[in-house]
Amino acid sequence: MKTLLELTRVGIEFNTPKGAFRALRDVDLKINQGEYISLIGHSGCGKSTVLNIVAGLLQATEGGVVLNGKEVNEPGPERAVVFQNHSLLPWLTAYENVELAVKQVFKGKKSKADMKAWIEHNLELVHMTHAMHKRPDEISGGMKQRVGIARALAMEPDVLLMDEPFGALDALTRAHLQDSLMEIQKDLNNTVIMITHDVDEAVLLSDRIVMMTNGPAATIGEILDIELERPRNRIQLADDPQYNHYRHQVLSFLYEKQKKADESPDKSQASAQDKSIGTDSVARDKRAQKIA
Amino acid sequence: MNMSLSNLPWLEPLVKIVRGDNVSQNATIIIKTIGLPLAGILVFLLVWHAAASNINTSLGQFPGPADVVEQSGNLLQEHITEREKADAFYIRQEKRNAARVKVDPDYVPKIRDYTGKPTYIDQIGTSLITVLSGFFLASLIAVPLGIVIGLSANLYSAFNPIIQIFKPVSPLAWLPLVTMVVSALYVTDDPAVAKSFVTSMITVMLCCLWPTVINTAVGVASISQDLKNVSMVLRLNYITHVIKIVLPASVPMMFTGLRLSLSIAWMVLIAAEMLAQNPGLGKFVWDEFQNGSSDSLGRIMVAVITIGIIGFALDRVMLIIQRFVSWDKAATLR
Ligand SMILES: Nc1ncnc2c1ncn2[C@@H]1O[C@H](COP(=O)(O)OP(=O)(O)OP(=O)(O)O)[C@@H](O)[C@H]1O
Ligand SMILES: [Mg+2]
Repeated sequence: MKTLLELTRVGIEFNTPKGAFRALRDVDLKINQGEYISLIGHSGCGKSTVLNIVAGLLQATEGGVVLNGKEVNEPGPERAVVFQNHSLLPWLTAYENVELAVKQVFKGKKSKADMKAWIEHNLELVHMTHAMHKRPDEISGGMKQRVGIARALAMEPDVLLMDEPFGALDALTRAHLQDSLMEIQKDLNNTVIMITHDVDEAVLLSDRIVMMTNGPAATIGEILDIELERPRNRIQLADDPQYNHYRHQVLSFLYEKQKKADESPDKSQASAQDKSIGTDSVARDKRAQKIA
Repeated sequence: MNMSLSNLPWLEPLVKIVRGDNVSQNATIIIKTIGLPLAGILVFLLVWHAAASNINTSLGQFPGPADVVEQSGNLLQEHITEREKADAFYIRQEKRNAARVKVDPDYVPKIRDYTGKPTYIDQIGTSLITVLSGFFLASLIAVPLGIVIGLSANLYSAFNPIIQIFKPVSPLAWLPLVTMVVSALYVTDDPAVAKSFVTSMITVMLCCLWPTVINTAVGVASISQDLKNVSMVLRLNYITHVIKIVLPASVPMMFTGLRLSLSIAWMVLIAAEMLAQNPGLGKFVWDEFQNGSSDSLGRIMVAVITIGIIGFALDRVMLIIQRFVSWDKAATLR
């Protein structure tokens, strides 16, 4: 298979008032066309930083990112981003939000009618046809995230970058969107990098799970190949020994090998509940924390 | 719908009473929303009346509510009389011209404008035109300036001290300078507008520029990083970025500034007109003061109340526009 995206010895140092802060070092990763990659790791380890470097929103201080044989050093629509909090323009309807992206990417390449059809097609993919003329404040969080995904898909990106796309959603909505995403992925076979805090989500969706060590100077700890057959069904997988084995491997990486250094033993139970990674309920706690 | 209801908070309970639901509770709401303000006004009128009858000035007793009502009537009557005179003048002129054309078909009739003195209503009109011109001119400068400054942290730092220094300057300080500059630069044989108008307008503009500049700049500077990231991923160019992202995102803050600016403009205008002798409400007050008749204080008091009501009305109009253009319907605007 052909390598589409290559990260070579990527590192970054932030200039902070307290001096240089090294967030990442030696991140090496090769991603093939059509692969679905999850990035998982404790909060603050540098997952978003990796994603933003690939997106071109941050510049690596060492190493580099090569996409399709070309070095990446600025943002561009061929690396569409689905942001954690949807990032829709609040004054535009769902349709207009997607339209802004489509007009920008397909200016001069598609006719007006084609663009309209293409926008509607993408909104249909995420099941948003019924509410496409509503503004973000008139639709639910899950629907906003769908529109965000539609906007990214509509750019026909080489790589789809998603930063905790479902992090702010309740468990049911999230499961629903994960299923939609798997369906879309089956048809379009996009190359995806997704950040998640949810072990189940990572195992369910990914071809490979990239597990990151704790920061500062975080890097890739282990990479887990998920060889579960597709289409995957969450209910059947719940009893699948292979699935549970993968889950166990991720959990053991996170809670045994990368136990958070700042978790003192007496507090560890409480903070494991609201800070770190696990299943749906834990992620929901995290959301509550973020809102607060 | 929403807008009109929130402007008339007593309407909904009134409808409910008519329908017969929850009469006592809705009656309380009506009493609170109409009754209390009315009571406040009544108390104010009583206190005013009592206080006025105890203040004696060299121009007679301080005007109470009754004098104000009387003088309002007088001013309105003067306006009507003056209009009738003007109409009569034009009719006479037309007749005279028609007669002369009949006698001598080559005669080109001369049309003269009526040159009566401006009435109170005319003066209100002049003031409104002056304040709106000054305000529009200020907005035309302030909004783009605010956007440019807000987009660049460096420009913001560079301009901020200047803005902070000019912001608190009183119109009275600007006026002499503006007057001299206008006299020096605005020289035409046939001026489209009076010098005093230009002077007042520019003074208003200089004073009401700043809230819009500051609020627009802050609005632009506080656009969320997420939206900026969207713009960067889409590779919007500078102009598209400003039109599609920056402008709409900062509209709420911009309007906060514009509303402040307009209220400052109105306040400044009265002072500017007084000094520049622009024929508006400010000049009216000044002339009455110089005039010093026994009616003068009453007439000035009418002006004071008019100024207040117009200022309030201008703010309401801005609020309605703001509600209309603002995408952030969740924000309560008052
Ligand atoms: N612009 C910046 N300047 C300085 N430090 C930064 C900057 N951005 C990120 N960091 C630091 O880099 C580290 C990694 O941040 P990052 O946001 O990538 O973490 P994350 O893994 O995405 O966390 P989370 O799961 O909470 O989103 C953190 O310690 C953070 O404080
Ligand atoms: Mg993050």
